[in-house]
Amino acid sequence: MAEVHSGNGHHAPSSPTTLRLKVGLAEMLKGGVIMDVMNVEQARIAEEAGAVSVMALERVPAMIRAEGGVARMANPKLIKAIIETVSIPVMAKARIGHFAEAQILQELGVDFIDESEVLTPADEAHHIDKHAFTTPFVCGARNLGEALRRIAEGAAMIRTKGEAGTGDVVHAVQHMRQITKEMKALTVLSEQELFAAAKEHQAPYELVRMVAQTGKLPVPNFSAGGIATPADAALMMQLGAEAIFVGSGIFMKERATPLDVENDPKEREEAVSRAKAIVIATTHYNDAKILAEVSAQVTGTMKGLAAAGLDEKQLLQTRGW
Amino acid sequence: MSRPRIGVLAIQGDYDAHSQALWEAGAEPVLVRKPEELASVDGLIIPGGESTTFLKFLERDGFLGALRTFVQDKPTFGTCAGCILLAKDVTHPPQRSLGVLDATVERNAYGRQIDSSIETGETQLAGGPLEMVYIRAPRIVKTGDGVEVLAERDGFPVLVEQGHLMAATFHPELSSDRRVHQRFVELVRSWQARQRQKQ
Repeated sequence: MAEVHSGNGHHAPSSPTTLRLKVGLAEMLKGGVIMDVMNVEQARIAEEAGAVSVMALERVPAMIRAEGGVARMANPKLIKAIIETVSIPVMAKARIGHFAEAQILQELGVDFIDESEVLTPADEAHHIDKHAFTTPFVCGARNLGEALRRIAEGAAMIRTKGEAGTGDVVHAVQHMRQITKEMKALTVLSEQELFAAAKEHQAPYELVRMVAQTGKLPVPNFSAGGIATPADAALMMQLGAEAIFVGSGIFMKERATPLDVENDPKEREEAVSRAKAIVIATTHYNDAKILAEVSAQVTGTMKGLAAAGLDEKQLLQTRGW
Repeated sequence: MSRPRIGVLAIQGDYDAHSQALWEAGAEPVLVRKPEELASVDGLIIPGGESTTFLKFLERDGFLGALRTFVQDKPTFGTCAGCILLAKDVTHPPQRSLGVLDATVERNAYGRQIDSSIETGETQLAGGPLEMVYIRAPRIVKTGDGVEVLAERDGFPVLVEQGHLMAATFHPELSSDRRVHQRFVELVRSWQARQRQKQ
């Protein structure tokens, strides 16, 4: 890998076979919930609750937001411990542009890498060249152009950015609606107009044309960023998300304090109830009767932080381009 | 010829890809999310996805019982996670299953995502070699006498049939070749014909 990442060398994009396998795993996760976990016990709870995958990290976004500092890739020791604990796929986050962190995550056997705005960006101009990896990548996007630029770089899955760590779903909704609206608009354009559309979206013409023909992204489109309740998950699925990422919504109590699932049985039970309810809501997103039932079973919800009250500087979603 | 109604278990996973494949193979796909929805279909596909997640859902609301009854005599096809669910014995780690396919299946037997692969191999199906997409695939390590092996990889079965049941450790729904789904649709049609004779 070393010469591939020397920074000045050119290399061919990943083979069609590799890309199909990457998107193939994303297909298997559809309709499911991917949960942020910070320790082995949380990973166990997530798997027991029916999560399709866990995201191993040291601090969930709500804690990163409250505590500040530089947020980096999780310690490999933690990632390995989680890989050994669960049988479902394990994801982990690398900083935007930090291809060395991504190389380490691939070496550890992580199943999906999230090049994430939740961590402190390592490069202000370049995202990771994701074609250079065998491990699939997921990237956040706020609009269609951003989604297509990430796909051009080799992302096998797109998720809305939302505003992570707030427990406020408003920006996930905004980003999903924006992407959907822009895709719909492309489908009615003539062939000639697509060239100008590609320029406007600052995205490769071939990808813009593909979206215009199919009306959807060429890779699965998931949702993340502020989803905290079963109803939030159902809302995003009804808006067109194909699966749900839940970060701070399951294991957080107060702003920077997680539920103590290792020592307090009552707090463990609370986390289990939230995790199970969101999993069921994501499958039965169109069934209000089931949604009412599972919403009633949840004991406590993270307090959250209204996204509208955040300064521009506090937003995580503006990281990446 | 009318299209047989075939269910696709839609708890989670690539059920849309299976629905599309069923349609192309001449069936009418029906998404099944609740036990009562099994009553309206003459066959069922259990798709790829996470078998642990499937089990969590099946353990609620008597779904597991309803599905056990269904797979006893109605045509069912399991791919990847679905193959794990149909097997009598599951290892690595052990987990509950429907226990109808006389086979032992080892989960994640080929490793993690980085070990996923696309192979092309010979099968018992007419029409030449078949593309097989393996994603964090399980391995069928043992089969009983009643199980017919339709394809192998490195000496282990990857596509099998046992009476009204079919199972694959790969994902035919992610290829454009429809021969595997066509075979299952035929299985459902001949089951329907037998039912009509009984009446």
